[in-house]
Amino acid sequence: MIDYFKNVWTWFYTILLGMRITLKHLFAKKVTIQYPNERYPIPPIARNRLHLDPERCNGCMQCARICPVQCITVETIKVVPIDPEKPTMFDGSPRKIWVPRYDIDFAKCCFCGLCTTVCPTDAIKHTIDFEYSSYTREGLIYHFSNMTPEKIEEKKKLLAEWTIKEKALKAEKAKQDSNVSSNEVN
Amino acid sequence: METFNVFEKIFGLNFLSALISVILPLVFLIIYALIAILGELKISAWIQERLGPMRTGPYGILQPLAEVVKLIQKEDIVPAGANRLLFNLAPYVIFAGSFAGFAVIPFSAAFVPAEINIGLFYVFAVGAFAVIGIVMGGWASNNKYSLLGAMRSASQMISYEIPGALVILSAAVLANSLDMQKITTLQDGGFWNWFLFGGPGNWTKIWIIPFTLLLSLIYMIASLAETNRTPFDIPEGESELVAGYHTEYSGMKFAMFFFAEYSNMFIVAAILTVVFLGGWTSPFGTFMGGFWWGIFWFILKAMFIVFIQIWLRWTLPRVRVDQLMYLGWKVLLPFSLVCFIVISLYRIIY
Ligand code: SF4
Ligand code: SF4
Repeated sequence: MIDYFKNVWTWFYTILLGMRITLKHLFAKKVTIQYPNERYPIPPIARNRLHLDPERCNGCMQCARICPVQCITVETIKVVPIDPEKPTMFDGSPRKIWVPRYDIDFAKCCFCGLCTTVCPTDAIKHTIDFEYSSYTREGLIYHFSNMTPEKIEEKKKLLAEWTIKEKALKAEKAKQDSNVSSNEVN
Repeated sequence: METFNVFEKIFGLNFLSALISVILPLVFLIIYALIAILGELKISAWIQERLGPMRTGPYGILQPLAEVVKLIQKEDIVPAGANRLLFNLAPYVIFAGSFAGFAVIPFSAAFVPAEINIGLFYVFAVGAFAVIGIVMGGWASNNKYSLLGAMRSASQMISYEIPGALVILSAAVLANSLDMQKITTLQDGGFWNWFLFGGPGNWTKIWIIPFTLLLSLIYMIASLAETNRTPFDIPEGESELVAGYHTEYSGMKFAMFFFAEYSNMFIVAAILTVVFLGGWTSPFGTFMGGFWWGIFWFILKAMFIVFIQIWLRWTLPRVRVDQLMYLGWKVLLPFSLVCFIVISLYRIIY
């Protein structure tokens, strides 16, 4: 009998206790951050969407090779000596390779950050932007190269010209060499 | 008999005044339900230290409107094996039952939609409609979860109706009346005259104050069970029964269930207000009394009870079925019986 009343009292008392706690929370400061209007500060080293600085990229393709999911596609064209532009890198040294195509498929990227670690010129970096959803899968493939199609055509032509020229030069040189050697023999 | 319906006084006892008396509580019910839904959303959020809905309208105050519009737009599905007639009828029965309760609620000194002298009894009688509606809906859905929910709800409502009715009986003994308007007027003249504090009378009422406090508490608990609110929401326990008796309902019919729940909440809050908190009377005697203040006090008190219901919902977990039955039959019933006997004795002696 005593137990019964004790029980009933405990029920009643603990409910009041619980109500006191919830009442406190009712007036406590709210923790919600109203996301698109306010944001939680993202640490600057956060690994979110990648960004490539095409001026810095020297087309070494190390990033494409190390990427565990192979989501980076790099195409390169050699810079030829007859190029009238004499392109330079960000630090003034001559550019050796054009990068006509540099695509990252963010639908595949797992944000491991390996590409940024291997890049010798720090061309590829993580940004803190994580809001880049897209309605299509193609929309998640980002094209970073800054070369126009005309320019790419031009550079390809130059390269082709140069290969022919180089061949000719080489052949000439070989001829000269053989001439020299035959002269020597004679 | 003197009428307390201001419209009957103005327009006479005709169809127009009757229509207004019906429409007014309905309009009130809809506005109240929207506010209560918003309150539910906001209070639950605040208790969990969230902000709750913030996008629809300033501070999200239009959220309940958006939800009602959403519910109305939804497709109305009748399950293949359901009993069409009962399935379609159930929401109306529930809603009609809970709305019928509004007929005798004294909103103010001058406005009771239908003044009858057995108001309290009537409220209990039409309140039982909800059980019929729930069992109908649960059975007609042809879904075992619905049926289980309906059975639980019926057993729960019946077992909690008894302590609830005993409380009302005690109050009727104390007030010597079942007329809600008369009970309210008895408690006029300040909060110390409320039945919560023993009702009107001289100092001899002091020794029944603990019992009246207990009675109001018992009614509060019983009313929670009757309206299927947490901690007694086992008929619709999401984790076990999907949604209980309204699992198969969608669209407008679900909205009816939804409204009926909130309307039931208000009915029990109104009964508690009238019987224990002095209805529309001002807690400060004649200060701030009168017609408009009467409405204000009544709605304020009832809303406070609704607030407590919501507050409890976000505090307590759901009880088990056996705990529920234990509480109803072995705790509330003996306690209310003891209170009833004590109050009857007091009534006989004084
Ligand atoms: S972050 Fe990882 S997965 Fe993404 S592109 Fe770089 S190496 Fe590939
Ligand atoms: S981004 Fe860096 S690693 Fe990748 S190709 Fe360019 S320079 Fe090489």
